[in-house]
Amino acid sequence: MSTVDLYRTVRLIRRFEERAIEFVRSGEIVGGIHPYVGQEAIAAGACAALTSDDVITSTHRGHGHVLARGADPGRLLAELMGRETGLNRGRGGSMHAADFSLGILGANAIVGAAGSIATGAAWAHRRQGRDTVAVTFFGDGAMNEGMLLEAFNLAALWRIPVIFVCENNGYATTMPVGSAVAGSITGRARAFGIPAFTIDGQDPETVLKATTAAVTRARSGKGPMFLECLTYRFDAHHTFEHRARLDYRSPDEVAAGVSRDPVVIQGARLSEHERAEVDDEVEAVLDAATEFALGSAHPDPADALKYLYAVMP
Amino acid sequence: MPKLSYLKAMNRALADSLDTDPSVFLLGEDIRVAASNLTAGLLSRFGPDRVLDTPLSEQAFTNFATGAALAGMRPVIEFQIPSLLFLVFEQLANQAHKFSLMTGGQCKVPVTYVVTGSGSRTGWAGQHSDHPYTLLAHVGIKTVVPATPTDAYGLLVSAIRDDDPVVFFAPSAALGVRDDVDFSTLGPVPLGTGRLARSGRDVTVVALGHLVHDALAVADELAGHGISVEVFDPRTVYPLDLDGLAASVAKTRRLVVIDDSNRTSGFAAEILAVAAERFTLDAPPRRVTRPDGAVLPFALALDRAIQPDRDQLVAAINAVLEDR
Repeated sequence: MSTVDLYRTVRLIRRFEERAIEFVRSGEIVGGIHPYVGQEAIAAGACAALTSDDVITSTHRGHGHVLARGADPGRLLAELMGRETGLNRGRGGSMHAADFSLGILGANAIVGAAGSIATGAAWAHRRQGRDTVAVTFFGDGAMNEGMLLEAFNLAALWRIPVIFVCENNGYATTMPVGSAVAGSITGRARAFGIPAFTIDGQDPETVLKATTAAVTRARSGKGPMFLECLTYRFDAHHTFEHRARLDYRSPDEVAAGVSRDPVVIQGARLSEHERAEVDDEVEAVLDAATEFALGSAHPDPADALKYLYAVMP
Repeated sequence: MPKLSYLKAMNRALADSLDTDPSVFLLGEDIRVAASNLTAGLLSRFGPDRVLDTPLSEQAFTNFATGAALAGMRPVIEFQIPSLLFLVFEQLANQAHKFSLMTGGQCKVPVTYVVTGSGSRTGWAGQHSDHPYTLLAHVGIKTVVPATPTDAYGLLVSAIRDDDPVVFFAPSAALGVRDDVDFSTLGPVPLGTGRLARSGRDVTVVALGHLVHDALAVADELAGHGISVEVFDPRTVYPLDLDGLAASVAKTRRLVVIDDSNRTSGFAAEILAVAAERFTLDAPPRRVTRPDGAVLPFALALDRAIQPDRDQLVAAINAVLEDR
């Protein structure tokens, strides 16, 4: 993927999130969101390493992954607004956005849960003779979930083509990673025999390069790899936090984190003219997405339990 | 006619499903050596790619099955201890069951969870003796508890073919039940269809799994006293065959439920609630259950004291027939 394409993705995610936060404040989005602002390089870089046959799983902070994988911004925004035209027809919302036609097996609101789902999906694809790789995103908080560690074991034992991407943004909600993780994050993956690397998660090119190596290795049958991407969440854990005014990060720390902005880092690789062109393009896409979402119908309450079963006798 | 045991019927259902559908595979703990006997002979016939021994990682391999199902497979998990369902309740109730609705119908999760030896296993104490089918039914997961080898075969085949998650409870006390079976007549039994295990006029006894056999024994015994007991076996706890139940109760107008789960919010409570809403009864219905919040104690006499038994069922039947 080209320099400009990576910039387009991080810029799209950033502006999508900034608009979404506004829609939470204006009440168009009910229930709030977990903003991905500051972490865009990971989704953009990792998804750029994949082909259309690959699959991903995402987290409660999932908009970036879904957009980077190529989901339609209008349908994602419509999903956040609970509209019938949303990716999940308004049944999933922010934390469950999925697009199976693009290999997006869903954002998952249970921390660490999707790692084992991605592992099973990757195993199944291989069994079916396909060349699929799965990338599963999770945060540093998930490193303390036993279910995820069990998945490391299965993936390593059975050499499953799954890439574990840990977005270490320093906090599990408000708990600093240093107070939560004994030993080291990569050490946990290595204990299962999974090669694990810590990389700069603010630089899309770095993430792309590392993920490409992991994908190549996985496709060649050598099994999983683990990438710890060091990043920083510029905004709140959740939009509720703006009201709750939780005090857990110093202004100095936030300033230092924000100083390494993936949009700026990738943007600096473009000329001012190229950047402006992409920025305009992104705004036009998001204007259209907004118009689409706001103009979409709400689901019929009579259909509240539609889709509960694939078939019901 | 050849004899078919309940466990052998399940084994046959697995073999037939593996044979006819390449997307079916089995996974679970110690299934290659067939520790519970459920999977006996399947490794040599279908190979290690379709009969997967898993490490002791219930949460991961349950979600692993969900992931494989999302990718087009039909996994069948064996849980050899019923209480393992408590460990994977998140993966069942919060993941597998919710995927279809949460994604707006983009996917299906055709996983079958087989619990071999549910309920009291005679002397296996607190953490190995639960029969937690009502929990699954409560959250809306398709739940079956067959009583006979023929139904065990037919419902397991249907569960595997079903496009949704299905939990299949094989009660410990039913595993040894044997039927005279003409193998050529074995076939799928649709989920959500009950079965009249015995026709009668005076009272409907609703029973599931091994308790169907207790209810039939009680019916035989009471027939000698001039009481005609009808035994209705719903076979599927969820969805429930309401029409079949209604037809039976419309005939007898008296109802007793025997249910090997805890009393509060249990299966029997549900049947009684349905009766209160829909049926006209000539006497208040009764239920025979485990006590509230029961944990099975170890000592055999205590284990037995917690489970619903034939004497309690006789007493409940006599009570609903008192004013006859």
